[in-house]
Amino acid sequence: MKINEAWLREWVDPPQDSVAIAEILTLGGLEVDAVEPVAAALQGVVVGVVRAVEPHPDAERLALCRVDDGHGEHSVVCGAPNVRVGLKTAYAPPGAALPGGRRIERSAIRGIDSAGMLCSGAELGLGDDADGILELDAGAVPGTPLRDHLVLDDVVFDIGLTPNRGDCFCALGIARDLAVLTGTPLREHEWRATPAVDSAVLPIELLAPDACAVYAGRIIKGIDPAAVTPLWMHERLRRAGVRSIHPVVDITNYVMLELGQPMHAFDLAKLEHGIRVREATAGEPLTLLDNQTLTLDAGTLVIADRRSAVALAGVMGGAGSAVLEPTTDIFLESAWFDPIRLAGVARRYRLQTDASTRFERGVDPTMQVRAIERATALILEICGGVPGPTSRVEATAHVPAPVTIAFRPGSVERILGCAIAYERCADILRALGMAVDLGDETWQVHIPAHRSDLRLEVDLVEEVARVVGYDAIPARLPRGIALPGLPSGPSAVEQQARQVLTARGYFEAITYSFVAADKAQLFYPGVEAAALANPISSEMAVMRPSLWPGLVEAARHNLNRQADDVRLFEIGMVFADASGAPAQIQRIGALRCGSAQAAHWTSRPRDTDFFDAVRDVEALAASLGWGQLEVLPATHPALHPGQAGRVSCAGEALGMIGALHPALARRLDIDRPLFLFDLGFPRRQQIAAPQYQPISRFPAVRRDLNVVVAEDVLASACLAAAREGGDGLLRDLQLIDVYRGQGIDSGKKSLTLGLLFQVASSTLTDDEVEAAVKNVLAALRERVGGVLRN
Amino acid sequence: MSDPESIVSEAEIALEAAADLAALDDVRVRFLGKKGRLTELLKGLGTLPAAERPAAGQAINTAKERLAGAIEARRMALDEAQLQQALASDRIDVTLPGRGGLPGNAHPISLTMARIEAIFLHAGFDVARGPEIEDDYHNFEALNIPAHHPARAMHDTFYLTDGRLLRTHTSPVQIRVMRDESPPFRIIAPGRVYRCDYDQTHSPMFHQVEGLLIDEQVTMADLKGVLDHFLRRFFDRDDLQIRYRPSYFPFTEPSMEVDIKLQSAHGVSDWLEVMGCGMVHPAVLDNVGVDNTRFGGFAFGLGVERMAMLRYGISDLRLFFENDLAFLRQFGH
Repeated sequence: MKINEAWLREWVDPPQDSVAIAEILTLGGLEVDAVEPVAAALQGVVVGVVRAVEPHPDAERLALCRVDDGHGEHSVVCGAPNVRVGLKTAYAPPGAALPGGRRIERSAIRGIDSAGMLCSGAELGLGDDADGILELDAGAVPGTPLRDHLVLDDVVFDIGLTPNRGDCFCALGIARDLAVLTGTPLREHEWRATPAVDSAVLPIELLAPDACAVYAGRIIKGIDPAAVTPLWMHERLRRAGVRSIHPVVDITNYVMLELGQPMHAFDLAKLEHGIRVREATAGEPLTLLDNQTLTLDAGTLVIADRRSAVALAGVMGGAGSAVLEPTTDIFLESAWFDPIRLAGVARRYRLQTDASTRFERGVDPTMQVRAIERATALILEICGGVPGPTSRVEATAHVPAPVTIAFRPGSVERILGCAIAYERCADILRALGMAVDLGDETWQVHIPAHRSDLRLEVDLVEEVARVVGYDAIPARLPRGIALPGLPSGPSAVEQQARQVLTARGYFEAITYSFVAADKAQLFYPGVEAAALANPISSEMAVMRPSLWPGLVEAARHNLNRQADDVRLFEIGMVFADASGAPAQIQRIGALRCGSAQAAHWTSRPRDTDFFDAVRDVEALAASLGWGQLEVLPATHPALHPGQAGRVSCAGEALGMIGALHPALARRLDIDRPLFLFDLGFPRRQQIAAPQYQPISRFPAVRRDLNVVVAEDVLASACLAAAREGGDGLLRDLQLIDVYRGQGIDSGKKSLTLGLLFQVASSTLTDDEVEAAVKNVLAALRERVGGVLRN
Repeated sequence: MSDPESIVSEAEIALEAAADLAALDDVRVRFLGKKGRLTELLKGLGTLPAAERPAAGQAINTAKERLAGAIEARRMALDEAQLQQALASDRIDVTLPGRGGLPGNAHPISLTMARIEAIFLHAGFDVARGPEIEDDYHNFEALNIPAHHPARAMHDTFYLTDGRLLRTHTSPVQIRVMRDESPPFRIIAPGRVYRCDYDQTHSPMFHQVEGLLIDEQVTMADLKGVLDHFLRRFFDRDDLQIRYRPSYFPFTEPSMEVDIKLQSAHGVSDWLEVMGCGMVHPAVLDNVGVDNTRFGGFAFGLGVERMAMLRYGISDLRLFFENDLAFLRQFGH
């Protein structure tokens, strides 16, 4: 909501300056987003009156004018089509400065000397009208600085209104609050009904009384089609950000900005026998003022005549009945529409208008006649015409009833935490237009019709608080015992995972939770990703089934920017479970490519491979207490078929690890091997403290075994067999080497296992160790066909 | 028979010539070994007349001691020389870089959230979470935002094709906690939220931390106390200027927005809006079955991106979701 200060001061004139007023409004809950001057720098421009106009001897389209600036007459060359004798306009004599630093000098135009220039609105920085020179009203006094005449030393307050303050969408509303906040009286404008001169009326039928409970209308005939909007009104509209269109339309807009009541003017000649406020039938067409044709839903409220819909009620008028230049007879509408019935209509048809915004937030249901009378007075003054009687129809049952709130003044202290004298509370409520019936513990507070946001006692507490000022409320810490917690739960676990991965050189990424549908399909063919009904773009259309698409995209972004080594992880929600069914699960995804370790002159660089990624997962499992980790061969559409594994911990499947499938990498424009993993957090997380195991004081015995097995035997199976065979004595088991080639039959491989035997109670004898090795070998032979290499 | 002194002199010349420990040992054997010259001399004492023996014996022993001392001194010198040589050859350029990779770091949004969580954990708040795909009830209805409420226009909501929606704030977590548990409550709810708005200053996805304190006898003064404390800790400034002004949220009444003024290299900023808050609306408590005649309290919310931008001096919101390593690696501490 934009309103200029001078207009506001017509209603309330506090001693504070613009900056202070902006601060007062902001701290009162009407946040002033900006305070802007209404006009750019302008110097020396005065009111001038054109005394004579003669054709320019050498230029057909130029005129030679005598301009009187109150001190004398000056010869000025002018090319505007509207220059005429008697016109009062803006005269910039030599030495004057226009916006943009333009200085006026005495100059010759087509050989004729011109003492300055006559200015258009655009040249003065007052809007975009450059078609003619400014037309000042007849009362303008020549020689008066234009700044004074047009009150250009004025600012516009741009106020960001919260949705509850529909009453402040007008000069009157803001002035009411400013009056209370500054303790300055409000200058209520007197208004009188203009008596009817003509008896013409349009019958009004309220066919949807729950949606439109009050409708006031009035016919005014014989307005002057040549009338123009006076400059002062044009200026106020401009300062409020409203374009000037037609004097009648401008007046309805002006009344809306002044009193908060949206109005509409119809061309009476285009209406067929009366007004019907009714619901549209499904598919009913309506062409609006902006020339777009809507196909209406059943139930949408319209203003119709006998024939068809003529306006989208409370939103925009129809093109067919619009007031245009030749219009002479008009019908004025001033109605009250139910906010709930109207809410959503503007959004449904993508038409947010000044009127719809106000109706959605609640217009004063008692304002209709006053607005029509105000508009009538302005129309008669500016356009002339013969007014008919004002007709007002209401569906009483649906008109909001006056509200009374039971208010316990003690609630103020209970909620705010500071005491405010009861008399002060009552004064504040009264100043805000409420009638207060005092009582011992409970007061009855009668809410004025324009404050539809006040319904509960707490609403009144807030009114008291905001007028007193939130600064008056002390700051103190809550009573009651706070139980300081330790970080725990998912948040703490994720924090730990972050530490593990960042320690291993990963950076954390945050990617969008929505991805392109085709990307989701590339990674998870057949998955039914939850789709957005109103996505920002097709690139952000479905909820991600996995963290991988986003991470791969982030990797591509970095690879395209000369980053060679990329390690990224993300912890966030994915929206499908392992089977592809819709779910919401917090997961860890990670990706790495480039060198396995930072370059160093002591070692040769090595490319990242699958096993680097496996180690990262092992580190996570170890640090987060996930239990025994297992990776088993598996396939996944996004992964290399020979380099993919299913990760499980303590028997619970957690996710997948592998190399990005080369075919997918090509499609995604990734030119190097990229290793990924994606893990869920185990349902059972080891959170209890680890329990200490006694350390053996007896020496350990190390034996390395070279075992030959078939190529397709998994290392994990060999280790499991060895562990089983060494049961009881084996303290540690490592796979040290994998060898193929000379001395090993093709189709076989040799694994070197490092076994460490140790028990807690004694030193192992050679015989005991030999027996244990035999058991290990026997288990290897039995389980995986392993033979000791010669 | 040579006299001990001349043998020692001979040995001292040999010591001088011994260039390493092996040569030194040769000298020791040659003079002091079982068949060494001085040992032999000692063995020859028996051939001397008895009266001369004590003096001769003493002279030999003195010579032996002297020689042993000289050998030890030479050994130490050789040791030292060897050590010096080893040290010289082991010299490295200590300015060369260390080996191995450096750590990465968490995302600035995570770091900011962790900082916020830490402050509230110390104040006795628990961390609560909820789903990101929500239903209308939890995201709007229960929070006193019925259908067609004008406040819905403040939330450009993403809807799924099945009618559910992406939560527009983390406030639905409050609802879930209050429905499932009983008061008093002290929780914060951090997480991702979504709004259908995408331009230079709006991201369709961002992060919020929402807080809730419900107890008996909680007032706006308590709310101001908690937020003053939080903001001063977060920005690490005890003299942070904080301003509370009236605002509107459907789920709080009275409602406030919180502004701060930040000191920077360019001076003090204008008022910057950082939080929204208020006393939980009685209708919200009613919706979740909390007795609003006995319990009441406050809720607050903040945008994590905004806090991170202020803390790290980041001016472009979009940087957070580009995941450019050149950006991410700047937040290592």
